[in-house]
Amino acid sequence: MEKGQVRKMARKGNCAALAVLGVSAACFSFGGAVYAKGEPITLRVCSWEEYIDLGEWDADEAIALDNGTVIYGERPLYEEFEDWYRETYGREVRVEYSCFGTNEDLYNQLNMGDTYDLVCPSEYMIMKLMAEEKLVAYSDSFYDTKDANNYYIRNVSPFIQETLVSNEIGGENWSKYAAGYMWGITGVLYNPELVSEEEASTWKIFGNPKFYRQITLKDNVRDSYFAALGILKADELTDENLLRSQDYHDQLADMMNDVRPETIAEAQKLLDELMGNVYSLETDSGKADMITGKIVANYQWSGDAVYAMDQADEEGFELRFAVPRESTNLWFDGWVMLKSGIDGNKDRQHAAEAFVNFVSRTDNAVRNMYYIGYTSSIAGNEEDDTIYSYLDWCYGAGEEDTDIMDYPVGYFFSGDNSDQRYILRSTASQLGRQLYSQYPPQEVMDRTAVMRYFDADANRAINQMWINVRCFDIADVPTGVWLALLFGLLALVWIGYRRSKRR
Amino acid sequence: MKQFRFQRSQLCIPYGLFLVCFVLAPLIVIIYYAFTNGEGQPTLENLTGFFSSPNTIGTLAYSLGIAIATTCACLMLAYPVAYILARSRMKHRSVVLMVFVMPMWINFTLRITALKEILTMLEGNLAFHPFVNTLIGMTYDFLPFMILPIYTTLLKLDGSLLEAAQDLGADAVHTFLKVTLPLSVPGIISGIVMVFLPSMTNYVVLDMLYNSTYIMGSLIGAYFSAYDWHNGSMIALVLLVIILVFTLFTNRYADQDAGSSRGGVLG
Repeated sequence: MEKGQVRKMARKGNCAALAVLGVSAACFSFGGAVYAKGEPITLRVCSWEEYIDLGEWDADEAIALDNGTVIYGERPLYEEFEDWYRETYGREVRVEYSCFGTNEDLYNQLNMGDTYDLVCPSEYMIMKLMAEEKLVAYSDSFYDTKDANNYYIRNVSPFIQETLVSNEIGGENWSKYAAGYMWGITGVLYNPELVSEEEASTWKIFGNPKFYRQITLKDNVRDSYFAALGILKADELTDENLLRSQDYHDQLADMMNDVRPETIAEAQKLLDELMGNVYSLETDSGKADMITGKIVANYQWSGDAVYAMDQADEEGFELRFAVPRESTNLWFDGWVMLKSGIDGNKDRQHAAEAFVNFVSRTDNAVRNMYYIGYTSSIAGNEEDDTIYSYLDWCYGAGEEDTDIMDYPVGYFFSGDNSDQRYILRSTASQLGRQLYSQYPPQEVMDRTAVMRYFDADANRAINQMWINVRCFDIADVPTGVWLALLFGLLALVWIGYRRSKRR
Repeated sequence: MKQFRFQRSQLCIPYGLFLVCFVLAPLIVIIYYAFTNGEGQPTLENLTGFFSSPNTIGTLAYSLGIAIATTCACLMLAYPVAYILARSRMKHRSVVLMVFVMPMWINFTLRITALKEILTMLEGNLAFHPFVNTLIGMTYDFLPFMILPIYTTLLKLDGSLLEAAQDLGADAVHTFLKVTLPLSVPGIISGIVMVFLPSMTNYVVLDMLYNSTYIMGSLIGAYFSAYDWHNGSMIALVLLVIILVFTLFTNRYADQDAGSSRGGVLG
């Protein structure tokens, strides 16, 4: 069970209903194929549920940005892509859009023989697929910034592209195989009336006896293991010498990807202790439980934290998001092309790359962000400031606001955080709130670590560790229960004996 | 060429196909995975691993604990209800029965969600009693499955037997213990089968009521999502065998007991 299971922002419709729509739409566009040359290309896309704008917005939902762009979602993006592809490249394409539940489900589906051309898994699954040589590299023309239709490479955030370029597996850059889609970090969502920011800004909060049975962890091994590492290595991670060292980022990444057997054993012991302190593990229910007040803090992904804060605002109270000072997990989902689907077909690869470009067009990226609630990897460029305008539309200070602050987001938009064009005038109340979660400030981004894909042995070891934590320990059975069982057994034997004697 | 002639036995073909595709084939796949390792070599390691690992044994004990407690709770609640309903001369008996069965018409996750809120109101914090909450949730969920079979057997019970017992001098307690209870055993057994087996693996109730301990169903899921099909399949297979043994045992017991008690009363 991974992050994605939660990414159901439950706005409109669901995947099953859409599949029907998609089929009828596919039939429709098939009818129109007469006008275009050649056989239609079939593009099989598989992504998380509720992870693309499905259109059908209400008329008053249209977003009018300051730069003059009006954003409005009329139809599902993958349907609009079919039209765009026909108009741009003069060829017919049919998108078969389907959904998967977790990264592991997707992997299992692929192993069972399902074929897709383009899928959108999380970073560690991309690494796994890369390591197993199941991916097709993007073609050189995809990275040609002179082509006006190459929206991805023209619009992608320098920060995301830098992350993709600087990470490699088996000597190959991620950026050759993956195009960023959505990204975020992990942290602690908390109720400021009962938890102080200081208390929430550390992974140690999960072991804090003050919040006994009032705080939730995530129900998946990777996130929980990350928190455990954060606690185990808290002193090292916050050590001044480490923070000031030249290779801080490399050291940080190594520490947060430590899967030595002794570390795993320590993590198991720690997680056992944490399980005795937390309310429960959850993937989806935490947001609602924060709002109903069952819990006072929970382990949360930034996108879901935004959603929960929005919900709480509607209910009239405040929730806040804190990023642990030790380190935080930078995760992202990216589009990758599969060898099994593309199968050397150049037309299909072209369509797949065009699909990535289409969803990376700034207006489409805004539509997705609005619909999904996560942060897009797309930043725009010199000429196109739609994304930044949208940020301003969401969080910019109004004329009547008084507590104005300057919030630099240049690291994301231009790669330079002192860039005067990307210093957002927002209200100070946004610190620790939605803006802070969606585009964390530079000092938070400095302590992010990407959690890598672990090799088969390490993966087996941490999965086993998680099972050990979750399973019932028979030594926990109270003596009374053993006695009762013994008594019951004796009684049964006695009854059986009496009956057999009677006959 | 011979003329095609329709025979009645050909109607079996769809069912046969269904059985092969959805019962036999999956079973063979499970057995194959259970007795091989990651490299596809045949091995008994998964089997020995099941019985030597404290995880599986602990989980099995916990699942059995939940199942036994749920079954006992359901039986204790259901029998009086079924008895009162079946014995009473109420005019609208079927309406009352319907009220008891009605929760089944509502989606089960919805019911558990409602129960979660009620329990939170009563207990304040659900995290303190995960086992008890699970027990309540399971009992709530499976109670109708226990009431219905007991009710049906008690309804069919011949009233003249009770009169005869009274004529022969038995008081109410003796009539119940010597006549009604033995004769309702088949109903009790089918109720137990319908409650015990699903409550061993129904991990959705645990998830929804914030019980983070694995039971058999969730343990299999954990192995599968770690791409370990082999250990997961072995757990599924062992569970299958346990259920098979349990069913055989209860069937035999039900037949024997129904027969002997009838003989005892009538003879």
